[in-house]
Amino acid sequence: MSTVAEKILASHGDLDEVHPGEIVKAEIDFAFMPALTAALAFYAMYDMDIEKVWDRDKVTILLDHIAPATNVTNASLHKECREIAKEQNLRHFYDINVGVCHQVIPEKGHVYPGMLMVGADSHTCTHGAFGAFATGIGSTDMGAAIGTGKLWFKVPETVRVNVEGRLSPSVMSKDVILKTAKELGADGATYCSLEFTGSTIRDMSVGARMTLCNMAIELGGKTGIVEPDDKTIRFLEGRVKHGYTPVYSDGDAVYRETLEIDSDALEPQVACPHAVDNVKPVTEVAGKAVNQVFIGSCTNGRLEDLQAAAEMMRGKRIHPDVRVIATPASYEVYDAANSQGIIKTLMDAGAVVCNPSCSVCFGGNHGILAPGEVSLSTSNRNFRGRQGSTESYVYLCSPATAAASAVTGVITDPREA
Amino acid sequence: MIRGKAWNYGDDVNTDFILPGIYLELTDPDEMGRHAMEGIDPEFAENVQQGDVVIGGRNFGLGSSREHAPIALKHSGVSAVIAEGFARIFYRNATNLGLPALECLHVSKEVETGDTVEVDLAKGKIVVNGEKELDFVPVPEFMMEILEDGGLREYIKKNRDKW
Repeated sequence: MSTVAEKILASHGDLDEVHPGEIVKAEIDFAFMPALTAALAFYAMYDMDIEKVWDRDKVTILLDHIAPATNVTNASLHKECREIAKEQNLRHFYDINVGVCHQVIPEKGHVYPGMLMVGADSHTCTHGAFGAFATGIGSTDMGAAIGTGKLWFKVPETVRVNVEGRLSPSVMSKDVILKTAKELGADGATYCSLEFTGSTIRDMSVGARMTLCNMAIELGGKTGIVEPDDKTIRFLEGRVKHGYTPVYSDGDAVYRETLEIDSDALEPQVACPHAVDNVKPVTEVAGKAVNQVFIGSCTNGRLEDLQAAAEMMRGKRIHPDVRVIATPASYEVYDAANSQGIIKTLMDAGAVVCNPSCSVCFGGNHGILAPGEVSLSTSNRNFRGRQGSTESYVYLCSPATAAASAVTGVITDPREA
Repeated sequence: MIRGKAWNYGDDVNTDFILPGIYLELTDPDEMGRHAMEGIDPEFAENVQQGDVVIGGRNFGLGSSREHAPIALKHSGVSAVIAEGFARIFYRNATNLGLPALECLHVSKEVETGDTVEVDLAKGKIVVNGEKELDFVPVPEFMMEILEDGGLREYIKKNRDKW
């Protein structure tokens, strides 16, 4: 009578079963760090009197949030990360030419069903889309994890989000998770595993499921989980080079609560400033003028996201008062989008296409907002000041809504575009 | 004994408020401290005194896993964060640094900026302006051990065999 999260923590803690609230010391299968948190994690490990990572095959660093370097401070941090990777003889290291950690980690075969993964980035919950228990941790915890291969976890309760029905054209998985944020609230799943079930989830691509799990943290979640299926296995084929054992929730697993979402009736959703759970149907905010549109990030920078945006912009020009920044989440995505003519469609419409990185999302790289400006963004957070000035405004939406709005210059219902 | 002036920022104090994204490239804790709370109060870092206490309402520390946030608070001089509720990663990060993160019902309504706050970790009590007493939710035993050791670094050094 266990959920996926409980089963994974039990097996990695060498226990028969675990229950919510218990503290479990568990063996880590893989640990990754973006540059911005990696150096701090290694300082912590050294301070614990540990010189080398526990397993050089299972620890990696990615230079993704800022790429390429934009000033001497972050250039020095990148340099330090490259040196650490060499000193530690890490088998895997991803420099500025690979992409955003949460896209790259699955692409490179580091994620598989049933595993326990930690990342020094809050959106590590993304990887639950592959049936893994994946959670974001800070740098001191990461120092312990990479130094010892172990970490303690409080077994989370599981909240089930059951989504039934068929999404309308131009309604995307982003709309499902924004609706979930509205219903549960920004602390509605604190310390919980969010498990997504139902026919809509089964119909979704692996990439769309990643969008759902990515934003579990925005509800306070410890991880998001989608049970693996044939689509998961197909995505991982040729990427994961070893066997793995998928785990599934038992029919009588105990959930703290179940939220039911009817996707037949779901409209496109927009999270309004300055909270991720301040969500309204697009019809209620349509007409709001925007200055910048961002299509990218670990939430919505995948091939299907760029494709959805290109569909809306094909043969059109973006509004003259709007600038569009489109950033593929990885070089694999960039390459595929290029081959399929998606990049050209976006550029022909007037978008600036950037190299893969976290880009506009976190306000520390490029695409910074001036006071008074409004951003419509496919990323995951709209806190005050997130993308620049504390006097700017960030709205979150799907790639379809973002692209439809880029053309009109105002927030626009993509079903009418 | 933790004793200092209170700084109350209410509900939903996110990690971008505590340390904005442009400072994530920093690795020097004291430099992070000079930008603590800059996303919500650019005057804070200049005026905070050693020992002061940050107060919050619900979901304190929501957002990023950046340990820069509690590092900045600690190195600005803050001796404890007391809130009605914490986001999970911030709570762990603060504890791992030896910075107490204490849950206390209604604290954001009971304490005003400028009040003097004393915290007795062992007794589970907060005293406001020398008179009003508030109870905080007892720190789980395992987390208390980490706090008593001054953080996870020292805890692991001491307890490597049972880790």
